[in-house]
Amino acid sequence: MRHNLDARRMLCPMPVIKTQNKIKTLQAGDTLSVTCTDPGAINDIPAWCRINGHKFIDYQQQDDEIILNIEVGDV
Amino acid sequence: MSKQPKAIALISGGLDSLLAAKTLLEQGVHVEGINFYTGFCVEGHTHAIRAKDKKKLKRNNALWSAEQLGIKLHIVDVIEEYKDVLINPKHGYGANMNPCLDCKGFMVKKALEWIKENEFDFIVTGEVMGQRPMSQRKDTMPVIARESGANDLLLRPLCAKNLPITKPEIEGWVDREKLYDFSGRSRKPQIALAKQFGFEDWAQPAGGCCFLTDKSYSEKLVDLWKSRDDKRDYEMDDIMLLKIGRHIRPKEYFKLIIGREDGENKYMEGYRKQYVHLHASSCVGPSVLVDGVLKDVDDFKLAAQIVARYSKDRNKDSVTIEMTDLNGVSKTIDVTPFAPHEIKKDWVV
Repeated sequence: MRHNLDARRMLCPMPVIKTQNKIKTLQAGDTLSVTCTDPGAINDIPAWCRINGHKFIDYQQQDDEIILNIEVGDV
Repeated sequence: MSKQPKAIALISGGLDSLLAAKTLLEQGVHVEGINFYTGFCVEGHTHAIRAKDKKKLKRNNALWSAEQLGIKLHIVDVIEEYKDVLINPKHGYGANMNPCLDCKGFMVKKALEWIKENEFDFIVTGEVMGQRPMSQRKDTMPVIARESGANDLLLRPLCAKNLPITKPEIEGWVDREKLYDFSGRSRKPQIALAKQFGFEDWAQPAGGCCFLTDKSYSEKLVDLWKSRDDKRDYEMDDIMLLKIGRHIRPKEYFKLIIGREDGENKYMEGYRKQYVHLHASSCVGPSVLVDGVLKDVDDFKLAAQIVARYSKDRNKDSVTIEMTDLNGVSKTIDVTPFAPHEIKKDWVV
């Protein structure tokens, strides 16, 4: 199942915290698209995924918005 | 204990917590990290806002530390609970508005709650006796263990040999002989240990990892409370806006927050629905938010003359300033920009 999370205007580390808390409610195999405006999220969310067993798929950047796509891991 | 012991390590992103966690990993302990976000953590915030910092490496050092260690990291939002720590610190403040002793006790208490909920065995911190003037002294380190309720479940691997033995050592979960006896402000023992562990890079935040240790930030926070009838409270937006812009308070009842560069101006535009705001409409100028109330046309003119001072046409005879209220209604005024000396020193927060 696909899910979305709006983390615009939030600064590091709030997008990561929101992502972490949202993923706790999801199932393994679900995908989550997180929309951010803090460019730090491009490093922080993939790092969070790597250490916590989730798959960071990719990100797209359009103007000042960044959409990061994650597949929830089986953890 | 036949099963592998489990510890939660407080990870700030600095070197000491990195080494403390690594010390336990080397002893075969299962370690996970925890990082508490108070709202005042320096981590990346202003770098993310300011355009001039866009090229700087942006990373969350706690996440980076966890990745170096190969451990999970749990980041916990404690913004609301932290208000009581900051507003009513039992042990008072440090040199600025930093309630370091209460803060550490609070974080260890939260970690204790976490290990109970998650069936972990003990708590690890990177504290070093004598390293910090308030929370890491021989007489205050036991206060943290006692008041947090963690007592002998709190292990400080980097200076454990200077402290009474703890439960993880008594139970044999960790070998006390392989812990350390660091003390004092010198960083040499930590740097040597980092090299021994093979770490070549670690965060070295200038001025610490908390805005509350910063003199200028603390003065802005005190000014904010004073302007609100000494009501010592805050919202997340308040503490974010204290981190950016020039803050100029020409009257007790209003302050102007003036963007200093493009990144700040853009960030402040996101607050336009929450704050009365001004900008120069006849030329290029900064984003400006009004914290408080402009009571009459004289206040509007005063604010406009200050805003005009920071516009491109600051040396011209007239600049048009537009003000938009919370209903989206705008009005303009033509003013002569203030000369530098007309912005009084005691207005600058």
